[in-house]
Amino acid sequence: MATPVLELDNVRISYFTRAGEINVVPGISFALEQGEAIGLVGESGCGKSTVAFSIMNYLGGAGRITGGRILFEGRDMATMSPQDLRKIRGGKMAMVYQDPMSSLNPVLTIGKQLMEVPIIHRGAGEKEARERALQMLGEVNLPDPEAVFDRYPHQISGGQQQRVVIAMALMAEPSLLIMDEPTTGLDVTVEAAVLDLVRNLRRKHNSAIVFISHNLGTVVRICDRIGVMYSGELIEEGEIGNVFRNPRHPYTRGLLNCIPVLGSDKHSAPLVPIPGQVPPALNRPRGCIFAPRCEYVEIGRCTTDRIPTFAVPDEAAHRVQCVRSEELPRHRRPTGSVAAADAVMSNEPVLEVDSMKKFYHQTSGMFGARGYDVKACNDITMDATRGMTLAIVGESGCGKSTFAKVLTGLELATDGTVKLESVDIGMTAVEKRPREIKRKLQMVFQNPDSTLNPSHSVGYTVGRTIRRLKRIGGSKLRQQTRDLMATVQLPPDFVSRKPRQLSGGQKQRVAIARALAGDPDLIVADEPVSALDVSVQAAIINLLLEIQSGRQATLVFISHDLSVVRYLADRVAVMYLGRIVEFGTVEEVFSPPYHPYTEALLSAVPVADPDLQQKRIVLEGSIPSPTNVPLGCPFSTRCPRHLGEICDNVPPPERSDANGHRILCHIPLEELAQVEPVFQRPNAAE
Amino acid sequence: MTATTSKASGSVLGAWFHRISLLRESPVGMVGAFIVVFWVVVAIFAPVLSPYDPNETHYDMLAFLHPSSQHWFGLDSSGRDMLSRIIWGSRTVLIVAPLAVGVAYLVGCSLGLLAGYYIGWVDVLMSRITNIILSIPPIVLFIIIITLFGPSVINLIIAFTLIAAPQIARLVRGITLELRERDFVAAAKMRGEGSLYIMVVEILPNARGPLIVDLCLRTGYTIIQIGVLGFLGLGLPPPTPDWGGMVNQGYAQLFSYPHMSIFPCIAISSLVIGFNFLADGMREISLRD
Repeated sequence: MATPVLELDNVRISYFTRAGEINVVPGISFALEQGEAIGLVGESGCGKSTVAFSIMNYLGGAGRITGGRILFEGRDMATMSPQDLRKIRGGKMAMVYQDPMSSLNPVLTIGKQLMEVPIIHRGAGEKEARERALQMLGEVNLPDPEAVFDRYPHQISGGQQQRVVIAMALMAEPSLLIMDEPTTGLDVTVEAAVLDLVRNLRRKHNSAIVFISHNLGTVVRICDRIGVMYSGELIEEGEIGNVFRNPRHPYTRGLLNCIPVLGSDKHSAPLVPIPGQVPPALNRPRGCIFAPRCEYVEIGRCTTDRIPTFAVPDEAAHRVQCVRSEELPRHRRPTGSVAAADAVMSNEPVLEVDSMKKFYHQTSGMFGARGYDVKACNDITMDATRGMTLAIVGESGCGKSTFAKVLTGLELATDGTVKLESVDIGMTAVEKRPREIKRKLQMVFQNPDSTLNPSHSVGYTVGRTIRRLKRIGGSKLRQQTRDLMATVQLPPDFVSRKPRQLSGGQKQRVAIARALAGDPDLIVADEPVSALDVSVQAAIINLLLEIQSGRQATLVFISHDLSVVRYLADRVAVMYLGRIVEFGTVEEVFSPPYHPYTEALLSAVPVADPDLQQKRIVLEGSIPSPTNVPLGCPFSTRCPRHLGEICDNVPPPERSDANGHRILCHIPLEELAQVEPVFQRPNAAE
Repeated sequence: MTATTSKASGSVLGAWFHRISLLRESPVGMVGAFIVVFWVVVAIFAPVLSPYDPNETHYDMLAFLHPSSQHWFGLDSSGRDMLSRIIWGSRTVLIVAPLAVGVAYLVGCSLGLLAGYYIGWVDVLMSRITNIILSIPPIVLFIIIITLFGPSVINLIIAFTLIAAPQIARLVRGITLELRERDFVAAAKMRGEGSLYIMVVEILPNARGPLIVDLCLRTGYTIIQIGVLGFLGLGLPPPTPDWGGMVNQGYAQLFSYPHMSIFPCIAISSLVIGFNFLADGMREISLRD
């Protein structure tokens, strides 16, 4: 067998701080052959990025490799001179980071930055470098490479920026490409396009890839092998199919149980969060690091010595770090319904939105003489009954957050009505809404770091909200605060904590407690779980479902994550460029007839299930600016089922069936119903 | 981290104590704090510490003004004991400077919060006024105000506020503009909080990091300004002991009696350096959490 491109042999990495040595990675080993791709997955803080940086030998001032060896093409990187290392970095080894904007130099044109690579690493001349750069820009599917060449990074979109970074990484034809969450900040359709690109380029250049992600779905798309990391250790490693079909480590099983699988929902396959938290690196338990959270733990065997690695019988190259792996039963996803999922939906309407419009007037020219409207929300009609979960999905810029702002009164509707329990609130700013309305409608925000005031304690935030919304005080207030803490499953002594002492999931729980303070009838949740790790995400989703059924509240759940939506929603509205292009029950939206946009969106979702066949529809171009909405159908500029001039110039009719499933399209429903489903599960022999 | 957790449950006072105790980790901050505390103690105990009445003329010593065993820092040209005048002068500085900075902060924070929170025409109006004031050299403004209204503590404070408040307002406005977009502000609106509450309780406390640093730096800067005004004869009316005024009186005899200007200069510099070091220490702390 040829020498592997990369081999990590029991590498130990520590950070050195004021408090002393923090051992982040106690020992990790894996090897990567030419052209192979391994995905490193795990929750945040488990050392994925540290491993990536250690491979580049670029840990910064505080980090150091304190043991083991990293062999690159058979050579020990610790013995290389700084000159050799410099040649390798960028030349034979390249890295793509999460945020493309921070890896591009804002004051240099894209062409200049690309040309640097061959000039430095290959000693190429100006002209040759230019040709190479243009060729590479073409290879990453950037439209009009000549034009992009002369632009500055801020003049192109995020997805295009990431393509440029990938182009830069591939310029020197590296034998190893390290990608650290390369698609995390991107929209689903853009993400899918970038992933396709990486997969194709990988085949073409035969580079080995280390792909780091918290999203199992993206790993399935790119990689042959997967390595599951937990608290700095690689606890399971193997071929994608083997690990997904037959996960042997309890943590891997836990992770899989946390992610919703398309095709099942809250009624058939509940999400099971992993209890507890990743232990801090300073305080790792003896024996198995996962033992404190493991349901199969056996005191003594699991908790005494460091766990060796075992090979899984009958499966090549499948290794697992668990003493009990052979005794554990084969993994099955839990089935049945979340107890809380069966919220009784009544027919009583709580929210009725009728032709709501929200335009932002932009002025231009002197004294705003030439103004135009940005149509953030255009003609939104939907309704939700008591106890229902209504999901709103769409990519960034589709108007879903604006819709939430209008509901909450942080923005005013331009036209149409928004009725909460038959009271029109669309034109009433939050400051002017009566207390009763404020009590009934509360919101959970997206970013756990900005949702709580860093200067206020948890108890103050929650207590103050109860006091404002319910006008109570004293011991009753304290009692209700304690009750709410219990509802969101936080210990009562958390009331005295400041937000900086909480984890992301805990902050989001406090935010939920705050939203519940007035016993609301309608909770608007704007991407409440998208910033959280999968196991925390599962817990928060379950909590929302539980609360919703317990209180018979209506939940408007705004998300870009279609698998989460499939799991928890009852009804779904798909938004594109300020319009609702499809509206229906979750089953209706996730099966034909689809709106062509819904179809494309579904085909782009990264699915963490290697057995599920997914149709791929590549969307050309990016979402048009909302200042420049196409005359006809908003989706006409990118639609793969584009009919012709009618789509460009005539606004599409709304076609609906007897059940109220609506699609905004020129193509008749009957024809759309003939479309092949995006997801198909070949009948497994199992 | 664990220490923070256990302490944070204490009172507000406890939190402040904890914050100050963090300063121990910054040597520069500690030196600054030491110098500032030294001068504060000197100012408080001025009557006890000063060997003579600061305004008493020692006629018997007029022939020999140099430092001596009776007058450690020597005498000024009017035969007054320099050491006593410097000790009492610390009182003047440490009363006027914090008072001036305090009033400037009150005005500056209010204006900055209003401009940053309401934006729109309120902001435009305030930014225009601010820019106009900032375009006038401070020393010219001082001269105009003091010559028009006469030297007094009140007028000094008014002049300082007029000069410093726009700068503070700018700083606070910038922070407010960023903080007003945070979700916790939206959450406060959604539970029905008024604008005043949001500005003072939700936004202002989160601006404290940069504000505390600015406060220390600005106090030092104000001490220099008071010195400059004293030197130009625009400071507090004589015979109030005033470090800047002392330099002014002494610099004519810099070559024959260097002590007359050097000692008050050292006093001014040390206090300013103390505040600057303290600001550095505070910045280190605020960067950490």
